[in-house]
Amino acid sequence: MEFFFETLGLTESAKLLSLSPPGWGGNLLRGLANSLQIAFGAFGFGLLIGLFGAYGKLYGGVVLRDLLAVYTTVIRAVPELVLILILYYVGTDLINKISEAMGYGRVEISGVVAGIWVLGVVQGAYATEVLRGAIQAVPPGQIEAARAYGMPPFMLMRRVTIPAMMSFATPGLANLWLIATKDTALLAIVGFSELTLETRQAAASTRAYFTFFLAAGALYLIVTLCSGAVFARIEKWARRGQPSLKGAGR
Amino acid sequence: MISIRALMQPHRIVMMAVLLAVVIWCAVALRWDWIPEYAPLALEGLWRTIWILVVTCVLGFLLAIPLGLAQAIGPWYLSAPAGVFCTVIRGTPLLLQIWLLYYGLGSLFPQIPWIRGSELWPYLRQAWPYAVLALTLSYAGYEGEVMRGAFSSVNKGQLEAANAFGMPRFTMFRRIWLPQAIRNVLPTLGGETILQLKATPLVATITVVELYAVSSRVRSDTFIVYEPLILLAVFYMIIAGIIALMFRRFENRVPG
Amino acid sequence: MTLKKLMTTAIATAIVSAGAVAAEEVKIGIAAEPYPPFASLNAAGEWEGWEIEVIDAVCAAAELDCVITPVAWDGIIPSLTGQQVDAIMASMSITEERQQTIDFSDPYYNTPAVIVADKSMDIEPTPESLAGKIVGIQASTIHQAYANEYFGDAAEIRVYQTQDEANQDLVSGRIDATQADSIAMADFVNSDIGACCEIKGAVKNDEAILGKGVGAGVRKGDDALREKLNKGIAKILEDGTHEEITGRYFDTSIYAE
Repeated sequence: MEFFFETLGLTESAKLLSLSPPGWGGNLLRGLANSLQIAFGAFGFGLLIGLFGAYGKLYGGVVLRDLLAVYTTVIRAVPELVLILILYYVGTDLINKISEAMGYGRVEISGVVAGIWVLGVVQGAYATEVLRGAIQAVPPGQIEAARAYGMPPFMLMRRVTIPAMMSFATPGLANLWLIATKDTALLAIVGFSELTLETRQAAASTRAYFTFFLAAGALYLIVTLCSGAVFARIEKWARRGQPSLKGAGR
Repeated sequence: MISIRALMQPHRIVMMAVLLAVVIWCAVALRWDWIPEYAPLALEGLWRTIWILVVTCVLGFLLAIPLGLAQAIGPWYLSAPAGVFCTVIRGTPLLLQIWLLYYGLGSLFPQIPWIRGSELWPYLRQAWPYAVLALTLSYAGYEGEVMRGAFSSVNKGQLEAANAFGMPRFTMFRRIWLPQAIRNVLPTLGGETILQLKATPLVATITVVELYAVSSRVRSDTFIVYEPLILLAVFYMIIAGIIALMFRRFENRVPG
Repeated sequence: MTLKKLMTTAIATAIVSAGAVAAEEVKIGIAAEPYPPFASLNAAGEWEGWEIEVIDAVCAAAELDCVITPVAWDGIIPSLTGQQVDAIMASMSITEERQQTIDFSDPYYNTPAVIVADKSMDIEPTPESLAGKIVGIQASTIHQAYANEYFGDAAEIRVYQTQDEANQDLVSGRIDATQADSIAMADFVNSDIGACCEIKGAVKNDEAILGKGVGAGVRKGDDALREKLNKGIAKILEDGTHEEITGRYFDTSIYAE
């Protein structure tokens, strides 16, 4: 192993990337853990918003529909970086003001929670559109049949709509998850120690820019490729029992 | 387009009144006295955002055509690198790519003394070439993937017909294959361009003074936080709206 | 911060809606960037440096339970006013401009502003000498305000998010000079990477812009915390702790009345 590094001139890089100090690998992995934690949280929060948003857009009243249209349009037209700054400063400020007005005093908002809130709101807008499209793709007869049997709305959603729309929603959601993992990098701009900022700090301290940026790129790529494989399995699972779409010709 | 009648529903009138009230409240209650001082800088920033957007979209699209073609029909030694390129670009954050290009290459310069004497040096000193390069590669990576699908989905019968008429391969590509592939991607192109617009503020982190950087400047000079950001968001919404309208008109002109 | 601790904080934050905070924690905001010798992140993921030690000493002297919280420098004042941190101790100079938005404690160190450039370059810290040159400065600093005021007409000002990025571009030759704090710059030109460059001298003082020393920033009207920090600073100056910490990093005192 050592000989291998030696011949490629990678000894220095390997030393810098080793997991225990003086190597910075541990910092990178900590950053990756933070990134993934936020990506998971934001994706989940976004899905929740998306589900309500999709139902609101499809079955809500006129006012709710228009408000949701404004939400999705604005979020999708404004750069994530700008949204993150606005939501990051406004969000925590607002929550503190509200809680102080209610006499609770200050709320501690950790970087993780702020990150999840900010990215979740952004993800929610895209998730709304993905889920709305997926729900619309469910053959209406299935939903009508369930209604005719007197199935309560929540059970209908849980037992019919969501399972039936899964196969239509999975590709879009997979894409959203990838966007979530990559958007965590933007939190570096507000000083949150996720993978990209940790990388930048390590690179700046050691001047080994290429080593660290390439290592971080590899980490992101591993996450992307692994998630791709996982989502492919989910899609296969969601499509079980459906006729193959191959060769159906779009 | 939204017709006037659609806007005249009672609840929409109420909502517009609320919006108007919010706008008036913003205009009165918030601080806007910094605008005259920073207006020239903001215009400069706006101009830079727009030209970076246009240049990188055009160059990126031109690069996406061979990338898509290589993946769709190329031999393995062309399709494999093209596929890897698209995967890497799409699988890593743009911010990381920008920093790698700017600071990574920058860290190499002191080790190559002759570069400072070269003709390229005045450009390499600037930040915008790196910004343009990073955004172009990013657009090419995403659009290359789209073009792959577009090339594959062109009706094979037409190509066979052209072949049967003895049309040269390049003419066939230029007259039949490429136009149809472009028509296939046209509906997604507007969305991709808006995504590219949303990526432009990232180049402010490598000292390019575009629209976003101007708002940061206002924030750091005056400590006013929200107002420049709100105005910035409005600016981006307007640009995104214009892009969407332009592509819609363009799409309507192309025979379906 | 470990993952476990982060998770616990996240969960605790989610559950503890408000009011039930156990100990009075004071979040000290520092800039999330390497700024040696004052504050930089080491390979173990801990912050270290002169200012970090001073923060610990001041907090111990003032009997405060301080938590070091890194935030982006150019958003550090919004973080304070937006209540993400309670005080800023990030080599921030006390200036009239900033005092319109936040309050400051007494100063805990002073540092003049200097111009740094490549050794081979014949540059003096004057507007005439910098004419036509590219000067890199860090956003939201006294140096940005100063450079805009004095060099803005003649030189091209390039704005960086962190001083470290400006230093990096000075080494790579993308900028001709940078203006920054003398102590941080002395550390930089003495390092391997900064060997290319030297301090060309201090800029002409303008107290209105450059301020009167570095102090801890607190929210306007947060006099309780300001008083406590003042007491802590006075105490470490008096009992020799400040001198002892300084002695381990610098040859001379960096505090002047």
